[in-house]
Amino acid sequence: MSTSQTTSAAPRVHRYELKDLVEWDKRIRAKVAEFGLDCYPQEFEICDHTGMLGYMAYSGMPSHYPHWSYGKSYEKLKTLYDHGVSGLPYEMVINSNPAIAYLMRDNTLLLQILTIAHVYGHNDFFKNNFTFKSTRAELTVETFKAHALRVRRYVEDPSIGQERVERILDSAHALSWQCRRNLAIKKLSPSEQLDRAVEAAQPRHDPFHKIHARQETAPVDYHKVPLEPDEDLLLFVRDHNPFLADWEKDLLTIVDEEAKYFISMMETKIMNEGWASYWHKRIVESLDLDQSLHLEFIVRHNQVIRPIPGQINPYHLGMKIWEDLYRRHTNPTAEETKRDGPLSKSGNEKIFEAREVERDSSFLRRYLTEELIREMDLFQYETRGEEVVVSKVADIEGWRDVKETLIKAVGTNSIPVLKVEDADFGQNRTLYVKHYHDGRDLQLDYAEKSLSHLQRLWGREVVLESVLDGKRSLLCSNERGFTVRALK
Amino acid sequence: MPNDDTIFREYRPSDAERSDRSAGDRLRHRQKVRESIRENIADIIAEESIIGKDRDRVIKVPLRGIKEYRFVYGDNTPGAAQGDGDSRPGQVVGKKGEGEGQGDGHAGDRPGVDYYETDVTLEELIEIMFEDLELPNLERRALREVATDQAARRKGYRKVGIRVRLDKRRTAKQRITRMLASERRKGAGAPASSAGTPPAADGTPAQNLLETPAARKRRFPFHQDDLRYKHVEVDTKEESNAAVICIMDTSGSMDTMKKYLARSFFFLLYQFISTRYRNVEIVFIAHHTEASEVTEEEFFHKGESGGTFISSGYQRALQIIAERYHPSLWNLYAFHCSDGDNFDSDNPAALKAAEELADICNLFGYGEIKPLGSRYYESSMLNVFRRIAAPNFHTVLIERKEDIWPSFKAFLAKDRVQE
Repeated sequence: MSTSQTTSAAPRVHRYELKDLVEWDKRIRAKVAEFGLDCYPQEFEICDHTGMLGYMAYSGMPSHYPHWSYGKSYEKLKTLYDHGVSGLPYEMVINSNPAIAYLMRDNTLLLQILTIAHVYGHNDFFKNNFTFKSTRAELTVETFKAHALRVRRYVEDPSIGQERVERILDSAHALSWQCRRNLAIKKLSPSEQLDRAVEAAQPRHDPFHKIHARQETAPVDYHKVPLEPDEDLLLFVRDHNPFLADWEKDLLTIVDEEAKYFISMMETKIMNEGWASYWHKRIVESLDLDQSLHLEFIVRHNQVIRPIPGQINPYHLGMKIWEDLYRRHTNPTAEETKRDGPLSKSGNEKIFEAREVERDSSFLRRYLTEELIREMDLFQYETRGEEVVVSKVADIEGWRDVKETLIKAVGTNSIPVLKVEDADFGQNRTLYVKHYHDGRDLQLDYAEKSLSHLQRLWGREVVLESVLDGKRSLLCSNERGFTVRALK
Repeated sequence: MPNDDTIFREYRPSDAERSDRSAGDRLRHRQKVRESIRENIADIIAEESIIGKDRDRVIKVPLRGIKEYRFVYGDNTPGAAQGDGDSRPGQVVGKKGEGEGQGDGHAGDRPGVDYYETDVTLEELIEIMFEDLELPNLERRALREVATDQAARRKGYRKVGIRVRLDKRRTAKQRITRMLASERRKGAGAPASSAGTPPAADGTPAQNLLETPAARKRRFPFHQDDLRYKHVEVDTKEESNAAVICIMDTSGSMDTMKKYLARSFFFLLYQFISTRYRNVEIVFIAHHTEASEVTEEEFFHKGESGGTFISSGYQRALQIIAERYHPSLWNLYAFHCSDGDNFDSDNPAALKAAEELADICNLFGYGEIKPLGSRYYESSMLNVFRRIAAPNFHTVLIERKEDIWPSFKAFLAKDRVQE
């Protein structure tokens, strides 16, 4: 390692080779163990900027099925990068066992050290957070590879071909996020649903039935499909459209599986990035870097976690909350002790517990305090006419609304909830889907196109119940086109 | 902590090639963009007046079908963001559709962040338009076949080439660029070469140590990498001779709208032929009661008036064919646009001349321009020409701008169906 001779303002560039990285990795891993992080084995791959762009376009997967949309996203990333609009990430980590991370070849030594520490933060999070329990990390790479192989085979099959595969994938992609959000909750099989419906239809046990009027129970409609509203649109179509070929069903399964893999990421973006940033800071600060490296660390670290006015920087928000949570459980103010009572857990215990059992929405709900909201000057904005205007700020009346709005915008909360209510609406095999409206309307042109994708997969008319401008409406998509009509 | 060691996979340039796995998907994406443009061509031609426009002009083309739709929340969705410390209610923080708020990484992002328009130059557009069109019935009339047409076109610059094509100006510029870059690198401190710039870095640092700074300043020789060569592509085509005769009615009854439609049609035809066929000769004939051969400029831009003798235009065409383009040697295409408002007395003559033209031409097309409604009170040549039985005679009716592209395609596509 180089020794620092002079203190110059400009950060010096450290030459390094792979063995230096290995060396630093050893030191970082010692710290990781010391702090009690619990990681999968880790693999690093050094790549250049084209490699990184490629991985970004395919969400970091070493192999992925082909679809033009990935070419589109590559072109977009490349254009943005070439014109200097956006830089490249220092790293990318994928949730797999062993965890795979990509490091940019041209980064400085310090950036690599910072990045390696950051990656271990993600790695620990992937291994321990409950959201990722349903993703089988040891099979991630193989699963994606198998998907790629299957899709390629369909493309090459002369009786199927690229056009038809693409049509299904286009439609499936439009609907892929319309799936279950909390994968830790088990989905009941149809027979279990039936049991539950039958049980619900039984008269409740009433010790005073003799003196009570007879309970009214509605009979179970055994023929209703689905018995309970179903959120997994793609899987529902796969299981209930008898006209789909096997390869079409398989494509729907593939798209659904990939979406569920990414749902976990989406659900924990703020926590995960905050956690990794929090740990790279603690680890790197404990490494006793020499002065020039340390100066560069301060610069780089601040670039990553700086707040971006007008946006939410998940690194900043997440790290703030983790730091605050740790502080409140190690060094609470007198006021906090009075309010929250004596400490039951140490700071470390508390944050490790939180990283295991929370996801973004619950994490924000529980640990984003009024003081933090005020300190970060979070606000709520709305579109009024052609302008975007601040509508609520973090004052006494507003902070709860700001928090509520923020929670509604994180993870899968930013995706409208759609459920299949009836697969045989009007005895016509019309698919009846309901949008669970929560005050936010659907973007109509997007809804129209997406609904036509659903119709294409379903093969018959599809109707969507929603609320537009306060009026209950029915959006219909059939072979004659798209119509909207008001419901009473 | 895992027992097994962390694995580091070193960068290998061969991996960089593997990482070009997006090539197939990128290609497919570009195909879709092109398809989308082609689907919109009828609209573009109807909306934009492309006649006489500079070929480098940029046209905005909406792209449909390559935008990815999902169910997303609309405008009445409030968002949350971080302020700069003193946010007040009512403060304007952005414009609608700017992609405000939300931060990165949110799937199902707000609309407006996806691009759905692309800029295309007129030249590219024309190229895409005519991609799958060809002059129908093009036979190789054997007697006088132009053996080859070697057109050498300059196309870009390469790092390798033959000496005569060395582009001195670019080479010199390249050297200056490299000189400036290397000076900046030296200014930033010697070890910077480790960070990148692979081609220059090999070997040069060692050399630099041997030279004094003054000597370096004096001498900065050309390097192999500086050399730039003009690249020339040779298009070799073997084609038969073809001549296209454009006949347009410029009589008084052809009002501005009709002339516009006729000219749009011929403009397309002209662009098509000049883009696709290098050795096709084009003849322009304008006629009212008399016909004359005019230049391209006059044909597209000059107005005239008077009565209409369609036969005069045909006679003139026949005359030119007899003089210059013997049917046994040339593939002949004749297209005529008129509003069909011919003097009745001329109809038999016109019919006869048309039959003659159809007889000697590979294809003879007649486009009748009747802006909406006028068909009911103006006379039409379509009825007259119905009597022509020749299979290579085609008529179309152009009623509005939107008809131009379909009828143009119909003209060129018809014969291929027969084949």
